[in-house]
Amino acid sequence: MLGLTSAHKTWMHRLPVGPKLALLALFSVVLFWLDNLWPMLVALVLVAALVASGGAGFARQALRLLQPVWFFVALLAVWHLWLNDPLNGLRIALRLVVAVTAANLVTLTSRLSDMIDLIERLLGRKVALTLGLALRFVPVLGERAAMLSLAWRARSQKRAAWRLVPGLTVGAFDEADHMAEALRARGGLV
Amino acid sequence: MEKNIAYVALFAALVVALGTTPALTLPGGIPPITAQTFGILLCGTVLGARLGGLAVLVFLGIVALGFQVLPGGRGGLGVFVGGSAGFLVGFPVAAFVAGLVMRASTLPVWLAAAVAGVIGGIGALYPLGILGMSIALEKPMIEAAVACIAYLPGDLIKIALCAAVTHSIAQMRPQALLSRA
Repeated sequence: MLGLTSAHKTWMHRLPVGPKLALLALFSVVLFWLDNLWPMLVALVLVAALVASGGAGFARQALRLLQPVWFFVALLAVWHLWLNDPLNGLRIALRLVVAVTAANLVTLTSRLSDMIDLIERLLGRKVALTLGLALRFVPVLGERAAMLSLAWRARSQKRAAWRLVPGLTVGAFDEADHMAEALRARGGLV
Repeated sequence: MEKNIAYVALFAALVVALGTTPALTLPGGIPPITAQTFGILLCGTVLGARLGGLAVLVFLGIVALGFQVLPGGRGGLGVFVGGSAGFLVGFPVAAFVAGLVMRASTLPVWLAAAVAGVIGGIGALYPLGILGMSIALEKPMIEAAVACIAYLPGDLIKIALCAAVTHSIAQMRPQALLSRA
C-alpha cells in the first residue's frame, strides 16, 4: 500500500505539516465563502502556480489526482448549459477543482511520518498507535484474503466474492485478540 | 483498553482490505460500487455503535493520510472537499447508527442487521451525502438527491450481503458479535 507523498521533491516538502494544514483549512473556508467568479480565477492562478512550481512530474501527479472531480465538473457543465447559466456553473466547477487541488497539494508534499507525528501531538498516543496498527494490518488482511480466495478456487469453480468475508472477519477477530495480548505483554496502554 | 484498540485497528484495516482486494470486490465493478460501504456497515453491525464508529473514523484517518484506499483509487485530503465529501463524513455516522439499531432491536440477527443496514447505510448516510453534494455543487437538496438514486440498488445489495455476513459470523462465533454482547 503506497501513500501519496510525491517523490518529486519540491520546496513545499520542506514546510512543516501543521502550518500547511492550518493554511489549507483557512484557504478552504475562504474559498467556500467567495461567491464571485473573479476571486475564484485568482485562486485558480495561485494554486496552478504552486502546482507548476513543483516541476512537470509533480504537476502531472497533481493533475492525475483530480480524476474524481471530472465527473462532477461534467455534471455541472451539462446542468448549467441546460439552465443557460454557464458563468455560475464555471464558478462552482472552478471552486471544486481549486479546493481539491489545494488539499491534494498538502497530501503530496507531506511525509507520512510527519503527519502521524502531528496526529500524535494533536490527538494523543492512543489514536496514533491505533492508526499505525491499522496500517500495519492492511497487508496482513490482504494476504489472508488472497489465501482464502486461493483455497476457495482450489475447491470450487464458482466465484467466491462475499462468501470469503465471514471467514476474513473472524480471522480479524483472532488477529485482534493476539494483538491485544501482545500489547498487554509489553506493558499495556496506560 | 488494549482489546478495544485492537478491534478498532483491525476493523479499520478490514474496511480497507474489503475495498481494495480484487477477489472481494462485488460484481458490477463500476468504481464507486465496491465492497467498501459493506465494510463500513459491517463495523456497525458486528462491533457495535461506539467501536464500529471509531473503526470507521480510523479508516477515514487512513484516507486523510494519503492512502488511495477509496473506490477507484481515491485518497488524500482532496476527497474531503470534493463532491462526495458528505458521504465520507456520513460513513462513521452510518456505522454508529447501524450499531445502535443492532443493540436496540430484539429481531433475529440477520433481520436486525438488514434493518440496521437500511437505517444506517441509507437513512443516516444519504441525507449527509446529499447535503454535502448540494453544498459543493450549490444545488438544491432535491436535485442532489436525484443524482444519488443511481447508488441505491447497489447499496441495497450491499445491505443484504452485510446481513448475510453478520448472520454467519453470529453462527460461527456468537461471542464475536460485540454489537449484541
